Amino acid sequence: MIAAHYPALQIVVPLIAAPLCVLLRRGMLAWLITVAVSWLAFFIAIQLLQQVMASGPISYELGGWAAPWGIEYRIDSVNAFVLLIVTGISAVVAPYARATVDQEIPEERHYLFYSAYLLCLTGLLGIVITGDAFNVFVFLEISSLSSYVLISLGKDRKALTAAYQYLVMGTIGATFFLIGVGLVYAMTGTLNMADIAARLDAVENTRTVLAAFAFITVGLGLKLALFPLHLWLPNAYAYAPSAVTVFLAATATKVAIYTMLRFVFTLFGADFALDVTLLAEFLMALAIVGVFAASITAIFQNNIKRMLAYSSVAQVGYMVLGVSFFSVTGLTGGIVHLFNHAMMKGALFMALGAVFYRLGTVHLDRMRGLGRQMPLTMFAFVIGGFSLIGLPLTVGFISKWYLILAALERGWWPIAALVLLSSLLAVAYVWRVIEVAYFRDPPANHPKVTEAPLSLLVPMWVLVLANIYFGVDTSLTIGVAESAAKSLLGMGG
Amino acid sequence: MRHHVILRVVAKLGIPFIMLYALYVQFHGDFGPGGGFQAGVIFGAAFILYALIFGLDNALKVAPMNVVITFISLGLLLFAGVGVAALFYGGQFLDYGVLANDFVSGQHLGILLVELGVGITVAAVMIAIFFTFADRGR
Amino acid sequence: MDFLVSHYNYWIFIFLMMLGFYVVVARGNLVKKIIGLNIFQASVFLLYISIGKIFGGTAPILIDGNGTDPVIYSNPLPHVLILTAIVVGVATTALGLSLVVRINEAYGTIEEDEISEMDLEP
Repeated sequence: MIAAHYPALQIVVPLIAAPLCVLLRRGMLAWLITVAVSWLAFFIAIQLLQQVMASGPISYELGGWAAPWGIEYRIDSVNAFVLLIVTGISAVVAPYARATVDQEIPEERHYLFYSAYLLCLTGLLGIVITGDAFNVFVFLEISSLSSYVLISLGKDRKALTAAYQYLVMGTIGATFFLIGVGLVYAMTGTLNMADIAARLDAVENTRTVLAAFAFITVGLGLKLALFPLHLWLPNAYAYAPSAVTVFLAATATKVAIYTMLRFVFTLFGADFALDVTLLAEFLMALAIVGVFAASITAIFQNNIKRMLAYSSVAQVGYMVLGVSFFSVTGLTGGIVHLFNHAMMKGALFMALGAVFYRLGTVHLDRMRGLGRQMPLTMFAFVIGGFSLIGLPLTVGFISKWYLILAALERGWWPIAALVLLSSLLAVAYVWRVIEVAYFRDPPANHPKVTEAPLSLLVPMWVLVLANIYFGVDTSLTIGVAESAAKSLLGMGG
Repeated sequence: MRHHVILRVVAKLGIPFIMLYALYVQFHGDFGPGGGFQAGVIFGAAFILYALIFGLDNALKVAPMNVVITFISLGLLLFAGVGVAALFYGGQFLDYGVLANDFVSGQHLGILLVELGVGITVAAVMIAIFFTFADRGR
Repeated sequence: MDFLVSHYNYWIFIFLMMLGFYVVVARGNLVKKIIGLNIFQASVFLLYISIGKIFGGTAPILIDGNGTDPVIYSNPLPHVLILTAIVVGVATTALGLSLVVRINEAYGTIEEDEISEMDLEP
């Protein structure tokens, strides 16, 4: 029964496809394998989500070794949701990638690009699906190393320095995480997540466990670009190849936020984090400062990719804000924003990729009058922008709604006001682009540009329509997110 | 470095023994310190020593770049292939026990093959890294 | 005093970790940053292996002819974890150094401040 092995196949299929791409040496074949594998992984993720929502968490033992001794892949509603996000984004990016990769990366490196892409996908899926603390580190490094490679393939030479800076900061973050896991192993004697959760209660108040908690949260905070640790993100997203920016912006930080959720709520427990540490206060403060600082910096950027990268830092702030409430509504808002932001930023970066494909630049000055020359692309950007601001009928509205609801539940009016205020900042930077694209004339001495090719438009509009669809019919996303929030807080469901 | 007689003679004597030692470390991983990673690095070191003493061109004749890259993929496919073969024999992924008639020899066979895959990949990666860096400079 | 002496492995770990971290942060030369990163990672390996040591323990291999006598053996798990982490460290170093080579070819220098200046020009 192959369905019983879906958890293993979720990882194995992209893992085997990566060396196959290297063996086959042809860019076209490598691209076809990438698309097939992405769609297959998406299918498996849908099956896993359906199974988890119907009959509860799935446990798969690697190598037939029972749980605390062997590595266990454990899937519950939180995992399955994030798996869906990652594979869904990959399924849309893989067809999109062909045109942009053909233009941005030299022909003889195409098969290496797709191989690194598949390894990154394997790493991200592995982080989400595993139930073993050290396995998270291994897959974290696999995905990080392949993303350094992918980012460094950008055309601009600044891509190299961006990749180097990301490498140094990312390795420090992962090593902090490793120290934390080591200290937890020293105190509990096991690496299995469920087992650690059971054994940590006895040793909770020791200084070692507090130090481990600090190391793990700081290490993961660097990976998810929490406010002061976000310095690698703007350059890395701005100078990477277009397909890489879409993929990483929509998945990498989400997976890191999932890992933080898993470690804080499942391993250490919400009571520990609330009573013994000041995590909730820290996260809320850093999230709000991050939202404002990043949004304000975004307004002053002229490179639109960089502007959207700063906007991503702000959106990560919203997700962390939702988590820091430690309530069902807050967590639901944070988790559903993982999904919504992937849709939003995916669509926006795809639109920018199409602009780069035609114009060769994403500088604001050169984008004058683009609304008339590339109507479908810029309209996709407009809808994505509306989603960022949080207008009703788009997914952005749903996330902000839950965040404000969570703040009002606690009676924290200032927080709700701050969320609304930051949306105004988003209006500022989205309006900059809309005004230049629609209300200015195209520059006189540059050649005319035509609409983007179909292979770029179709995935872009799939994501844009998903933005609108999931903003109107929220039953799937809110249903899964609420179930996930409840299971994280230990309330069953 | 070809004209340094001592280095050349010692390298010629040493390289086969280095490779033999790498194979020893590879297959004695279940009885003592050893296994795939260590053996792969030692094996790669033999090739790198050859490249240092006798020149990159000669080393590239022995181990051309696309052969080395092919071996990287083959090692990884061997590892994943053993895991998938376990699926076909009815066990979980990477369940070596089902690969042979009884549990113990299945485990033995599985670990040997998996470590061999790791050793091949690590050796090829070390060689590839050295050759790429050395090629860049000239 | 006894606390300091008996926990010397932790003190060495902290010293090396801070040393590596300082080199990464304070030095502008890209290769020196990678060296600092290596020292940082090496300190973590020392932490794991030193806390996995069992005094009087032997290798975790079945000894023939011992019957069912209990044997004190060292825990193999930290060693396996560190093996994986070492390989990750090697891969990171190789990737970092290849990026430095490419940066040198593109910018002509590997000093961080000179590169930032060259990047500021439009």
